[in-house]
Amino acid sequence: MAEHSEPQEHQGSAHPTAATYVAIFAVLLIITIVEVGVFYVPAFHGFLAPILLTLSALKFTLVVMFYMHLKFDHPLFRTIFTLPLLIAAAVIIALLFLYGVFRL
Amino acid sequence: MSHAAAAHYTSTGLDSRKIAFWTFIGSECLLFGSLIATYLVYEGRSVSGPTTHEILNIPLTSVSTFDLLLSSLMMVLALAAVQRGDRLWARVWLAATALLGAIFLGFQAFEFTHFVHEGLGFTTNLFGSTFFTLTGFHGGHVFVGVVWLLTLLVRSFQGKLGPEKAMNVEIAGLYWHFVDVVWIVIFTVVYLIQTTPLPAS
Amino acid sequence: MSPASATAQHDAPVVPVAPTGLWSWITTTDHKRIGLLYGFTAVFFFLVGGLEALVIRLQLGAPGNSVVSAETYNQLFTMHGTTMIFLAVMPLSSAFFNYIIPLQIGARDVAFPRLNAFSYWVFLAGGLLLNASFVAGPLFGADRLSVAPNGGWFGYANLTSSLQYSPGPNIDFWVLGLQILGIASLAAGFNFITTILNLRAPGMKLMRMPVFTWMSLVTQFLVVTAFPVITVGLVFLMLDRIFGTTFYNVSAGGDVVLWQHLFWLFGHPEVYIIILPAMGVVSEVLPTFSRKPLFGYAIVVYSGVLIGVMGWGVWAHHMFSTGLGPVADTVFSATTMLIAVPTGVKIFNWIATMWGGRLHLTTSMWFAVAFISSFIIGGLSGVMHSSPPADLQQTDTYFVVAHFHYVLFGGAVQGLFAGVYYWWPKIFGHRLKEGVGKLHFWLMFVGMNLTFFPMHFSGLLGMPRRIYTYGPELGLGMLNLMSTVGAFLTGLSLLVFVYNAWSSRREPRVGKNPWAAATLEWAVSSPPPVYNFSVLPTVTSRLPLWTEHGVSEIPDTPPGPIHVPGGSHWPLMTALGILVIAVGALLHHHFVPSLVTVLAGLGVVVVSVYRWAFEPFEV
Repeated sequence: MAEHSEPQEHQGSAHPTAATYVAIFAVLLIITIVEVGVFYVPAFHGFLAPILLTLSALKFTLVVMFYMHLKFDHPLFRTIFTLPLLIAAAVIIALLFLYGVFRL
Repeated sequence: MSHAAAAHYTSTGLDSRKIAFWTFIGSECLLFGSLIATYLVYEGRSVSGPTTHEILNIPLTSVSTFDLLLSSLMMVLALAAVQRGDRLWARVWLAATALLGAIFLGFQAFEFTHFVHEGLGFTTNLFGSTFFTLTGFHGGHVFVGVVWLLTLLVRSFQGKLGPEKAMNVEIAGLYWHFVDVVWIVIFTVVYLIQTTPLPAS
Repeated sequence: MSPASATAQHDAPVVPVAPTGLWSWITTTDHKRIGLLYGFTAVFFFLVGGLEALVIRLQLGAPGNSVVSAETYNQLFTMHGTTMIFLAVMPLSSAFFNYIIPLQIGARDVAFPRLNAFSYWVFLAGGLLLNASFVAGPLFGADRLSVAPNGGWFGYANLTSSLQYSPGPNIDFWVLGLQILGIASLAAGFNFITTILNLRAPGMKLMRMPVFTWMSLVTQFLVVTAFPVITVGLVFLMLDRIFGTTFYNVSAGGDVVLWQHLFWLFGHPEVYIIILPAMGVVSEVLPTFSRKPLFGYAIVVYSGVLIGVMGWGVWAHHMFSTGLGPVADTVFSATTMLIAVPTGVKIFNWIATMWGGRLHLTTSMWFAVAFISSFIIGGLSGVMHSSPPADLQQTDTYFVVAHFHYVLFGGAVQGLFAGVYYWWPKIFGHRLKEGVGKLHFWLMFVGMNLTFFPMHFSGLLGMPRRIYTYGPELGLGMLNLMSTVGAFLTGLSLLVFVYNAWSSRREPRVGKNPWAAATLEWAVSSPPPVYNFSVLPTVTSRLPLWTEHGVSEIPDTPPGPIHVPGGSHWPLMTALGILVIAVGALLHHHFVPSLVTVLAGLGVVVVSVYRWAFEPFEV
């Protein structure tokens, strides 16, 4: 393996500009408005959970990938974060099943 | 290799503090995951006392959610300013982030006291216990974050937050964004997805 | 004379040596010293836990005995379990993580030396808090001296969550002690993951790392993911006890089984946290004393990783008797059976390592071989538990006690003793005596088997766990007596070990590699210089010392100046602050003193963290 004597700041090609960050914020804002909107529209109440979970997963991903820079950083960070995240998600889902929140 | 090189040699070329911090964030996923799981499995099981739809204030919480999202934008701009050595804007954006964090805490404080007045205390029922513990842990994390940001702000005013210290700000940013991301989950799962009947419009 | 003037005058750099004196130990940030601190503390607590076991065995040695009361007995088995797991075996593994990992990967220290010291001092604080309960009764107005935790090492709600069933401070000591220990483990987890990923010497690719380091990496991932779950469970327990929340309050809609889920979600990964380092040790010892490389290195590594990951999917096999339902029972039964596979794979690889090798049956090797045989037995009884209908007969009986002592004592403890005898010369510069070592081994091996093998039978004959006595009509007297005799034999073997440690001080000095082993820690002097490596080595092989040109030359004296970081007292101060907070929480029945103490502790923590963050400290 090649010698690395100084920590490197940014690996990867593009580095987001301030404009990109503001655009991401605008998207986050819009998604939040949609989420609240969906909450208030009775027609959506049947599939409230899937819609809201998808939308918030989208917000989650945007913040993690762009604001936390995971998209542009060394893949090691993605591994370090994703593994515990998956375990946490699996634990939540497993407990929901065990407590009968989903009727099997 | 020389000692100087040996002292800073890394096998990945990455900063050790950043690796450690991402590991910490992974660990926090399990902390908040357990709190959220408990909230979810206990939803609807309170035998008395106020429940979600009677007491949660969606409009107010939407505003505080927007506040936290905006603070993440401020944080990311603060990091960029520190990285390019822009002392003025680093201080502006850091102060803005901390301010928005403090405002979020203000919203939480208001919400908590209002709930207590409405009869939902920490020990009133299962909803009170799970809700206040989950949001309290989150609020505690926000508080620590605000203190951290203010510390960085002071360092900046002391002239000790130049571009060579950008990693410190980057890590504070990782913490801040993660706290925001946890709120995204809490807002959805606690406030918007309620198992008890929803308001008809 | 400063290094600069030395260079100007003689062109020879000043070679750093370790500082001496008590203050240098209190402020140490050197991984080797921290490893020693962990090691001595762990052995001390192992003796404490062993003493607790001996009293338990005295009480159970005959039916209808009255050596101790029921309450004392509850405290004894609770503290025995808690001490052995959190204060003995885990810290002994930590001793090896600390001392050996930087040496094995070719680093000068861990990634965060002060955080490392912090982990040790916080661990010590937790151990002291837990054991202080033995004499804290009068402070809490109890009618007895000891208010030690008495709810089992697994603290099931609502025995523990209800002030009606656990009125005293016993469980408070337990909860707070464990939370403190959790902080120590988490900090170490972040530290070692970063160290292993980021401080490997040039050429030390991940798949060239020694298996001990690999298993330690998996262990630390389990630590940082599993401990937060128990943290949450313990927080709920504490809130129920102090503030009257309803997390485990059934009449308010809560569920006592939630505690079990949260506990075992932590608890099962915890048992892999306990065993994986010992498996790593054995994976170093067997090749060295078989004069053969580990058979199937990659498979052993992947199996370890698989065990770690799959360990997350089996927790409810500790809960087969709680009425999970047929679907859940089946799922967890299947995952539990599956996890036997990677474990079995490792066992075959270890045996294949020995097969055809030139075996050197040193004490260390005996312990490693005994690890394999004991772990097989423990694993077999474990797989027997994996069937829910069979488990309904076995659970909460001595059959389970037999199982976990075979894997914990026969497995982890024997494996770690293999490490003790293996790395002793590296750490202290001389070997432990082989003759005394063999005596230690055989006494311990026979003693352990005599203690725990009969428990398979007493368990299946119906002897429940956690009972302080039993009637003569059950016919369990002889089996229990055998266990008691075995326990004392085992205790004797510990004394033999302590004697060995003490009397070996005058053994001949050894060189760098007394066992002619393969890995990097054997490339430096015994004990290593304070800076470990005079130059950072470059490795080209998984077995650097067994391969021609496997590692670059490491001069005996450093060719250039080496800066060794000084000490710091802020890690200790921070740990002290945390201890004060915990003591404050213990006083929760008296609001003002409690609040003042907690705030004082918090103040100490905040100031110490700031001073730590801003003090000049160069690695």
